[in-house]
Amino acid sequence: MSQTVDVGTPPAPARDERVAQRSTLSRLLARPETGALAGAIVIFVIFFIVAPPFREASSLATVLYVSSTYGIPAVAVALLMIGGEFDLSAGVAVTSAALVAAMLSYEFSANMWVGIAIALVVALAIGFINGFLVVKTGIPSFLVTLGTFFMIRGLNLAITKIVTGNVATNDVSNIQGFELGRKVFASTFNIGGVGIRITLLWWILFVIIATWVLVRTHVGNWIFAVGGSAPSSRAVGVPVNKVKIGLFMTVGFMCWFTGMHILFAFNTVQSGVGLGNEFIYIVAAVVGGCLLTGGYGSVIGAAIGAFIFGMTNQGIIYAGWNPDWFYFFLGALLLGAILLNNFIRRRAEASR
Amino acid sequence: MTTTADTADTKTAAPLVKLTDAGKNYGNIIALQGVTLEVGGSEVTCVLGDNGAGKSTLIKIIAGLHQHTHGSYEVEGEAVKFGSPREALDRGIATVYQDLAVVPLMPVWRNFFLGNEVRKGPAMDIAGMRTMAKKELLDMGIDLRDVDQPIGTLSGGERQCVAIARAVHFGAKVLILDEPTAALGVKQSGVVLRYIIQAKERGLGVIFITHNPHHAYPVGDNFLILKRGRSLGYWKKNEITMGELTGLMAGGSELEELTHELEQAGGEDSELRQVAQVFEQEVAELHVAELGAGRTPPSDNPEVKRDAPEP
Repeated sequence: MSQTVDVGTPPAPARDERVAQRSTLSRLLARPETGALAGAIVIFVIFFIVAPPFREASSLATVLYVSSTYGIPAVAVALLMIGGEFDLSAGVAVTSAALVAAMLSYEFSANMWVGIAIALVVALAIGFINGFLVVKTGIPSFLVTLGTFFMIRGLNLAITKIVTGNVATNDVSNIQGFELGRKVFASTFNIGGVGIRITLLWWILFVIIATWVLVRTHVGNWIFAVGGSAPSSRAVGVPVNKVKIGLFMTVGFMCWFTGMHILFAFNTVQSGVGLGNEFIYIVAAVVGGCLLTGGYGSVIGAAIGAFIFGMTNQGIIYAGWNPDWFYFFLGALLLGAILLNNFIRRRAEASR
Repeated sequence: MTTTADTADTKTAAPLVKLTDAGKNYGNIIALQGVTLEVGGSEVTCVLGDNGAGKSTLIKIIAGLHQHTHGSYEVEGEAVKFGSPREALDRGIATVYQDLAVVPLMPVWRNFFLGNEVRKGPAMDIAGMRTMAKKELLDMGIDLRDVDQPIGTLSGGERQCVAIARAVHFGAKVLILDEPTAALGVKQSGVVLRYIIQAKERGLGVIFITHNPHHAYPVGDNFLILKRGRSLGYWKKNEITMGELTGLMAGGSELEELTHELEQAGGEDSELRQVAQVFEQEVAELHVAELGAGRTPPSDNPEVKRDAPEP
């Protein structure tokens, strides 16, 4: 660490000798995904050993499916977290999107795709309102979205009851456009005798797009910047508010997508579901190396985080363990990831 | 030699920035009054003063954050009243603030181009920006092995230099440096001061805000001293000596007393004594500045302590 590099060139301006020498290992450690990847491998090996059913290809397909349903919103939640904000309303916003699409299509007997489109508008609007309130009031997004979380939760239940007289929506499988919707959002296809859910492909696509945007485009540069230091970003001309609102709306978009999957997978939507999932999205992002404070992280990491969640979720069942323990493991995982991230950030941030 | 010719040339035309008897009131509070200063190309104008002397207000007026309420402000001979920092920036007046406007966790090259990313189709020209950042920094004498390291891993002086290089690269004609050496140790201050001279040699006008005459005198061409919102005067380098500058700024006897006090304190603490011996003057001034204002600027104090153990 403290090797002096350029002793021979005194006129070179004072450079911190400690910075220049970074080993490949420390560079690898400094990647946000590394911790999550190591964790994923360990968990995979453990379940592979202790749970025989876990070794089958169909089990892996199921694990990946479960992972994708959490991983898709986690893509946007990770971007948002890198941008320095939180969204606690993401879990119930998924349900809202599904409810809106289901009820509009059923009650007005319209084409399913009208409902789908309006649900998209609603989901984006939720994201916009969250973002707008955060940037205009300066109140931490934790509080703003905690508020909208409860409001949406109440609206989900109340409006569903008013419209359908029930806590769930009616079956929409007979409405025009349903088949296409199912194909897009919830179909299954076979590869080598193993049923793969289409959400897995969507998930991979979203991860690739989001990673490309984050790493290769100026928008990605801005996302890192507004999360790392909003005042500095503003000072050099980055449209901080637009970036943040855009990120909240991206979360809205992914919630809409997940909501559509739920609707077309189950035909009806329970108004109370989705509660608590927002934490799982956040866990996936944090386990995947996103800093809670913003400015650092990776979408691929969040995908690995969601995969860890999926493995643990299903692996416990395959291993025949008491599923009551699941949340204990989840919490321990989160805590471990945060400790690891803290350690990494301290290494990455400063050489003091 | 060409620089002097340039200077003379610019001066006969119109100075890049010229304030005449400028002042600023916040309601009935007079924050600044009677300030006259001139910055031409290839010229360093130092603005000296303790905390609360009005330096920040002056910067804000020049940078376009606030408008002056009295006197006049001319840019290249044209009277202006900027509505936003962006307008000042468009006229080539760039400000490097104390917090530097860098994002510590981001790589150097990303910071360098933040807000001005070079695009190649929908994506950024990453390879090009890396090379350009490295070259631009090298031109200014900062040899980074790796522009991919987070900027937070650079030393304070280097970070300052990156921020200055960024302003220069994006077409600044006048650089306002807000206490660039306040948070730095002696060696790093030297790096920044050398950089100021580099910028000057490139033909830029520099407004160098500081409360340290030892930093100002070697690099400055003109000196403006502020005290309690008033201008104490404006001198060319040949009209004033270092001693006079120091004396005017802090009040000579006051300074002497503090130096003495510090030496005594140093008897109990060997590290402090070392600092007192080597950086006697500087440390004393920092303390004067803190005491004088009755409050400690957050960036000053910890840095002094941090630098102390460094041999």
